[in-house]
Amino acid sequence: MKKPEDTRVVVGMSGGVDSSVTALLLKEQGYDVVGIFMKNWDDTDETGFCTATEDFDDVVRVCNQLDIPYYAVNFEKQYWDKVFTYFLDEYKAGRTPNPDVMCNKEIKFKAFLEHALSLGADYVATGHYAQIRRDGDRVEMLRGVDENKDQTYFLNQLSEDVLRKVMFPLGHLPKSEVRRIAKEHDLATATKKDSTGICFIGERNFKEFLSEYLPAQPGKMMTLNGEVKGEHDGLMYYTIGQRQGLGIGGSGGPWFVVGKDLERNILYVGEEYENEALYSDGLTAVDINWINETPAEPFHCTAKFRYRQTDTGVTVYPNPDGTAKVVFDDSERAITPGQAVVFYQEEVCLGGGTIDEVIKNDQALDYVG
Amino acid sequence: MKAIYLDHAATTPIHPEVLQVMVETMEENFGNPSSVHSFGRKARQILDRARITAAKSINASEKDIIFTSGGTEADNLAIIGVAEANKNMGKHIITTKIEHHATLHAARFLEKQGYEVTYLDVLENGTIDMEQLKKSLSEETILVSVMMVNNETGVIQPVQEIGELLKEHQAYFHTDAVQAYGLLPIDVTALGVDLLTVSSHKINGPKGSGFLYVHPDTKIFAQQYGGEQERKRRPGTENVAGVAGFQKAIEISVKEREERVNKYQKYRTLFLEKLKQSAVDFSINGNESERVPNVVNISFPGANVEQLLTNFDLSGIAASSGSACTAGSVEPSHVLAAMFSENSPCTTNSIRFSFGLANNEENVIEAAEKVGQIVGRLTK
Repeated sequence: MKKPEDTRVVVGMSGGVDSSVTALLLKEQGYDVVGIFMKNWDDTDETGFCTATEDFDDVVRVCNQLDIPYYAVNFEKQYWDKVFTYFLDEYKAGRTPNPDVMCNKEIKFKAFLEHALSLGADYVATGHYAQIRRDGDRVEMLRGVDENKDQTYFLNQLSEDVLRKVMFPLGHLPKSEVRRIAKEHDLATATKKDSTGICFIGERNFKEFLSEYLPAQPGKMMTLNGEVKGEHDGLMYYTIGQRQGLGIGGSGGPWFVVGKDLERNILYVGEEYENEALYSDGLTAVDINWINETPAEPFHCTAKFRYRQTDTGVTVYPNPDGTAKVVFDDSERAITPGQAVVFYQEEVCLGGGTIDEVIKNDQALDYVG
Repeated sequence: MKAIYLDHAATTPIHPEVLQVMVETMEENFGNPSSVHSFGRKARQILDRARITAAKSINASEKDIIFTSGGTEADNLAIIGVAEANKNMGKHIITTKIEHHATLHAARFLEKQGYEVTYLDVLENGTIDMEQLKKSLSEETILVSVMMVNNETGVIQPVQEIGELLKEHQAYFHTDAVQAYGLLPIDVTALGVDLLTVSSHKINGPKGSGFLYVHPDTKIFAQQYGGEQERKRRPGTENVAGVAGFQKAIEISVKEREERVNKYQKYRTLFLEKLKQSAVDFSINGNESERVPNVVNISFPGANVEQLLTNFDLSGIAASSGSACTAGSVEPSHVLAAMFSENSPCTTNSIRFSFGLANNEENVIEAAEKVGQIVGRLTK
């Protein structure tokens, strides 16, 4: 094992408090720390304002406080090709993509990792709330200690080989402690508010953003029985289980999105949160990444179908082609194609895939995506 | 690890004699040059002396020198000030695609104000297209601004030829001589320029100091409003210590010009020889016969600027891509894009090395060896 001072750790710095504290902790542990800002998206407006410029400025200030070198790298092209194109394609296909999962897979832990390695890095570190357990040659990813912040869901596509070169110094800390450390050290980003939503959309209106890239096709909104309840603005604006923004008046309700028919451009809606149509008992997942060994036999574990959900029991029936059938112990509500399904054995994240079909009574639900 | 500085086109180390003069000035001479008492007069003397030195260095008269906060302010004052003062004669301006942003962004501002701007192309060797300049001139043209030496490539532009061409034309002629001053002989009369920009920190003087030469027949509007300083063309209490340091830097650069030229030329040659020995693939951007001796812009096929510069810095080599950064990440060079096209790999794989006072033969050789190793590793 190299000594910390001979170990170069390149920290992916966003200008937020988490990556700032990441760099601080590593520096305190004596590592040779280098901060790098990734510019993945250009949002410069007419007045010349660009969020990335502001964020980079925060990176500079923090790195100067820590007295570590800082640089930037431009991955706009890679981000566009690998993440944004996927994002649009999924919406075109009537699904709800997860660009954060793709960004981690293709940018932060691929393009950025390669860049860091070319700079002589031994490790890259990020401010993700996840833990890494190293046991000899075996490297596992564990949930972050802060249950509310655990980000393994977004990191499900990382491989053991990648994790070997990764550090998550915040994984064992609650978020409140991270804020406290930042304040204690008077870091420039100590009170900066956390970014919300998808990075390239930022604070903007999601619908407006999407309409700049994809033509919206309004169509009918109806129940599964064919009763027309109104008009929708374009299928891409709705996700399974959504309640807001349907604008269905009259008696009954509340109304929820229960499905989509892409071919006929119909949005299916149903009454009540617990509407039966929203429930399913299994799914098929594609593009599954198993972080450690690939299971050959069916097994029982827990799974999350969306971020910050408590995981529930499932049985996984893996196929050799990287797909799997996942059967739920109890029926689940609003399973959404395009989102990630992520598997856990206790604290260990096993990996995950993309939800492709939703199954009920051994049949794929044709009204869902 | 002692870092090696190969970025003298960005800025230069301050000369020890310059520093001494500045410290003395700040210690002993704090007066306001506009004050009507002995403290003021003493400070004013410093400005007067510096003005004579600056004027002599370009064969101008001292009344033609306006001290500014540096190159950017001088370029802005020249371009916007002349455009505004002469709009009754026309609203057309000619500049080039390879100017410094201080010029380009001033020109863009004027476009928004209703002026028409022609941005001249350059040939692949980095010099402007004289034929295109001739064709672009019209009765509406009031200003031509062409830099004397390009800051990214070091290529010399045909300023005297342009001066000749404009002799019989109403248009004023401005040249940004920031990268030329101290290396090329400059005579404003021989060159036929009406306005000329010089910056102090590129010649081992302090930052925050520069001057604009303005021919007495030039109509120009001030860009700031305030007191009577610089004959109202640049109000604001003068940066006395900065000007004093600038004067010293000018004196040294005039005295040592030839010696420096020879020395920097030797470093450049040595650097390129060593780089050739390292067997990495590279090519030089820009005209090799018409250039200043201290800059070389090198394209490394298969590499990219950010990776190169970061690796260089982590290994103690300070160089640059010569172009602007947004959010810290290097944008493709507008100068190389103008020379080779937008999509040329040269715009994202080229590094500018520039030599100067911080160099000696040993550190130039060491730098070339390190650069060779890094490029070799990144492109294999």
